[in-house]
Amino acid sequence: MIEWMLIAGMLILTFGPRYLPFSMAGKIELPPLMLRALNYVPIAVLSAIAAQATLIREQQIELNLQNPYLIAATAACIIAYTSRHLFLTIALGLLTFVLVRWFWL
Amino acid sequence: MQDKSSRQMLLGARDTLPLIFAAIPFGVIYGALAISSGLSESITLAMSLFVFAGASQFIAVSLIASAAAFPVILITVFIVNLRHMLYAASLMPQISKLSKWIRIPMAFWLTDETFAVVSNRINQSPNAPGFLWYYFGSAIAMYSFWIISTWTGITLGQQIPDMTSWGLDIALIVAFIGIVVPALKNRSHWACATTGAITAVLCHDWPHQTGLLFASLLAIAVGVFLDRKTLKELRHD
Repeated sequence: MIEWMLIAGMLILTFGPRYLPFSMAGKIELPPLMLRALNYVPIAVLSAIAAQATLIREQQIELNLQNPYLIAATAACIIAYTSRHLFLTIALGLLTFVLVRWFWL
Repeated sequence: MQDKSSRQMLLGARDTLPLIFAAIPFGVIYGALAISSGLSESITLAMSLFVFAGASQFIAVSLIASAAAFPVILITVFIVNLRHMLYAASLMPQISKLSKWIRIPMAFWLTDETFAVVSNRINQSPNAPGFLWYYFGSAIAMYSFWIISTWTGITLGQQIPDMTSWGLDIALIVAFIGIVVPALKNRSHWACATTGAITAVLCHDWPHQTGLLFASLLAIAVGVFLDRKTLKELRHD
């Protein structure tokens, strides 16, 4: 029962922040500077998440070549920069990770 | 009209496929981890069905496993998911023309993946028709696969217990890189991404994942400050 209450609480707390700006769309006009700032949201948030997931292992910063995540993420950055192709980046990034873990670390 | 909307839905789903491909392992691990943390099958699946927020679900499961207090779990889930508020705010101009009711499922289905794909399309062709159908195509594909992969994790997790240590979370990292790097088109973009990445790493031990939120806001501020339009305005003042 307590678990279902937890789900209800989570539903409210995750849906609320997603819905609030949607409910205000059209009613309020955002200032131009704010709109410009919001253009940076995908770059800011996704790079923060990716960097943290890559470099933080067991609550420690792992900035060394013993970290297979770092090697695969670096490879993915290079592939993404040169090819600009999402699927290729994912496929080759995963392949790098698998190879590094099997043959090196 | 009917034909056009279904084509937009297919297009939205197709553009999201690479990200779904990367999110499947995440869903599978979630399912496996929840079961091994002692959650029942129905609760594990219900969380994917009703909460539908990957990172928050993970954190909830790990907090439940460590017997954290009820309010601590809810506060953390709330903060981790706050970035979606930024996502929703940045979609406001597109949403403003749509009806009240349709905004509810749109908000529920807003995820990192759908936002990444939809905002990519807005950047490339701001006035392309069929925004709503494109959004739903992306969101429904993502939702279906999230539930299927959760279910797979519940089933597989009981058979292959050490699956959670395979490092499958790399898939989402390379997917996010594949979205962000090609989107970096000028100096302010690069500065924003670098700031976000470095700050998030340095603030990783802040409580309740607040470091991630702080890193995102700082990165946005740096990006806007170095934006050509802002610099122009500053010079004129």
